[in-house]
Amino acid sequence: MTQREQEFLEYVQSGGQVETTDWLPEDYRAKLIKFIEMHGNSELMGVLPEREWILRAPTLQRKLALTAKVQDEVGHSQLIYRVVEDLGKPREHCLDDLISGKAKFHNVFHYPTKTWGDVGVIAWLVDAAAIISQKALLKCSYAPYARIMKKICWEESFHILHGRDVILTLMNGTDDQRALVQEALDRWWGPLMQFHGNPIAKDEDPMYVWRIKSQGNEEARQQFLDGYVPQIWELGLTVPDPKLRKNDDGVWEYSEPDWDELRSVVTGHGPKSQDRLDLRRKARENSAWVRKVVLAQAA
Amino acid sequence: MIYEVFRQERKGQALQHAGSVEAPDDHFADVYAREQYGRRGESTALWVVPRDAVIEIDEFVDELNRNYHRVDGYPLKQKLKEARERAGTAAPAGDR
Repeated sequence: MTQREQEFLEYVQSGGQVETTDWLPEDYRAKLIKFIEMHGNSELMGVLPEREWILRAPTLQRKLALTAKVQDEVGHSQLIYRVVEDLGKPREHCLDDLISGKAKFHNVFHYPTKTWGDVGVIAWLVDAAAIISQKALLKCSYAPYARIMKKICWEESFHILHGRDVILTLMNGTDDQRALVQEALDRWWGPLMQFHGNPIAKDEDPMYVWRIKSQGNEEARQQFLDGYVPQIWELGLTVPDPKLRKNDDGVWEYSEPDWDELRSVVTGHGPKSQDRLDLRRKARENSAWVRKVVLAQAA
Repeated sequence: MIYEVFRQERKGQALQHAGSVEAPDDHFADVYAREQYGRRGESTALWVVPRDAVIEIDEFVDELNRNYHRVDGYPLKQKLKEARERAGTAAPAGDR
């Protein structure tokens, strides 16, 4: 590491933030692109499991709320890809790498959405897990990313509200509806526990070292458990982990998440990975003429 | 073309930089900015400015050392201490 890089590192580690036009070490720029691009991909791929339920939503109100959520998430991917572009990687390249399977997206978007209960669990708990990671990005050393995260977090809080409302409505319904939620939770718990990643020490996590993230993986998971397990329990739902409990020191104990599953899923071997990528590929092909017309008209 | 977007959250507040949009012309920049920064009623106003039109200044060299423009040009502490001592009004230690 050169002295200039060392000084930069010390600057970000002491809480300093940088802008697009500042000098950035190559390693930092590469890490930023990788991290932010995956975030953008996840927002874009994250709408696919939910969009399947727009036409099957139980009421008009739910249909509109779900459509708005999907619209928000696509909007987030647009904001985020814009940040990646300013770092040097064009959006078209991000999309190329996404649909060719070269780039990754979050584990939770590789699974099927089998029932309306899944829609509630995703909007409530997946978005809750996501907002914990995203809130920690408000302090990101790369200021343009931190700034758009402010808007994104604000919108995600709507989604949690929507998800919680879906879940509460089902829980106040019939036994069948309650069983639907429990069944969805049973399937989603594993992926939720894997969501924040393996408990690597934060000082060994390059994303923390460069202060792209401001908290470690395990810290985020503990925060998720602390915030949401009591909310799950109070509804009479069961978390499918017999080992789950909060110790006297305030730390949550749980069964080891399946890290092999996480690795396999994010490398494109999840139950829905290829279907979703196919759909994304097709959508991009089908909308190519729109982009062409728009650009021609503006020229 | 890249446009920088500044957003005002409530009337009376400063417009703050929010992010940017890429658009082929001003008309699309208007549409995209509304869509991405105003859809949920989170803004009362937006400024959408072509990035090239922004003049960036990030160095403030003070060649003439004009410290009378700054707080550090007025080191009152020591002078006040002296003045109090001269006037005999210096507070006893611990009472300051």
